[in-house]
Amino acid sequence: MTEVQRRWMFLAGAAGLVAFVLWGLLGLPGFGNYPGPYGPSILRIAVAQTNATGVVSAVNFAYRGFDTVGEEFILFTAAAGVSTVLRHLRHERERSAVDEAADRDVPPTSSAVRMTALVFAGPVMVAGWWLASHAQTNPSGGFQGGVVLATAFILVYLAGEFLVFKRFSPVDLTEVVEAVGAGGFAAVGVAAVAMSLPYLTDYLGLGSIPGAVSSSGTIALISFFVGLEVAAAFILIVGEMLEQTLLIRQEDSE
Amino acid sequence: MIAAVHTPYTVPIGFMEALQVTVLILVAAGATAVVLIRKHVRQVIALSVYGLMLALLFLTFQAPDVTLSELTVGAVALPVILLLALAKTRKREE
Repeated sequence: MTEVQRRWMFLAGAAGLVAFVLWGLLGLPGFGNYPGPYGPSILRIAVAQTNATGVVSAVNFAYRGFDTVGEEFILFTAAAGVSTVLRHLRHERERSAVDEAADRDVPPTSSAVRMTALVFAGPVMVAGWWLASHAQTNPSGGFQGGVVLATAFILVYLAGEFLVFKRFSPVDLTEVVEAVGAGGFAAVGVAAVAMSLPYLTDYLGLGSIPGAVSSSGTIALISFFVGLEVAAAFILIVGEMLEQTLLIRQEDSE
Repeated sequence: MIAAVHTPYTVPIGFMEALQVTVLILVAAGATAVVLIRKHVRQVIALSVYGLMLALLFLTFQAPDVTLSELTVGAVALPVILLLALAKTRKREE
């Protein structure tokens, strides 16, 4: 096929794509006009039904809590997969954490980076806990809080060394926390079944004040467990990758 | 339509629309930059900035939950993992 033919083929394809996209765009509802029935219904009933003013969390952890269990286990499986793929193989060996590229002049971590990371580690930790525990009242949730919590550990790595990061987050402990988080969420749901209620039914009291941290029953509990799971999974993934990058070399590349 | 929400402050007419259009343009520019930059490490940094722009976009479209997710995953988590992968795959003699 000559270049001219190819170009004509591309132009025909592109024109067809543009036509289809424009046709699709014309059929869209007006900007900001959501036509479905669920959004308005949820907005009308959610706060009264769950006492959660963070309606997105109410949807995530109550109305569609079953889907969220599945999603949480996706992350759990992903972390397990990373651990499996990045495990020590027989022909790999661990080395001290030194840079491999001898001719590349790597400057030592500057004190500015160390100080910034140290100063931020504490507040980031607090912010993570706050996000994970306030899903029911604010736009936040266990997922966001968990990743922010994990970021605090990455800051520890930036402020110090890989070994400090490992001491702060030993793999055994991280794995246990991750399992507790994932299992906790599922257990909250199964506990409802044990009380002969449908799975994930909210059996804790809703409290009397909508928007109070202690209100909204199991939503807060689930968000907390999700926070644990996500933080541990993420620390585990980053830890495995740091270890791969810094410590493990294939022998034939020596 | 969420017209009945009472706010103790007023936003000038057209301000939110202007903000949304500005951020949309920034997102388009960021995405283009990510595609056009060829050096990997710089590309990851651009991707992180693009994630930040996307988070701002979600914020201006009144989706603070998604903003937080995008901030943590798009601007922090994904770049960290990509940088680690780059460091691992970089050749010794480079």
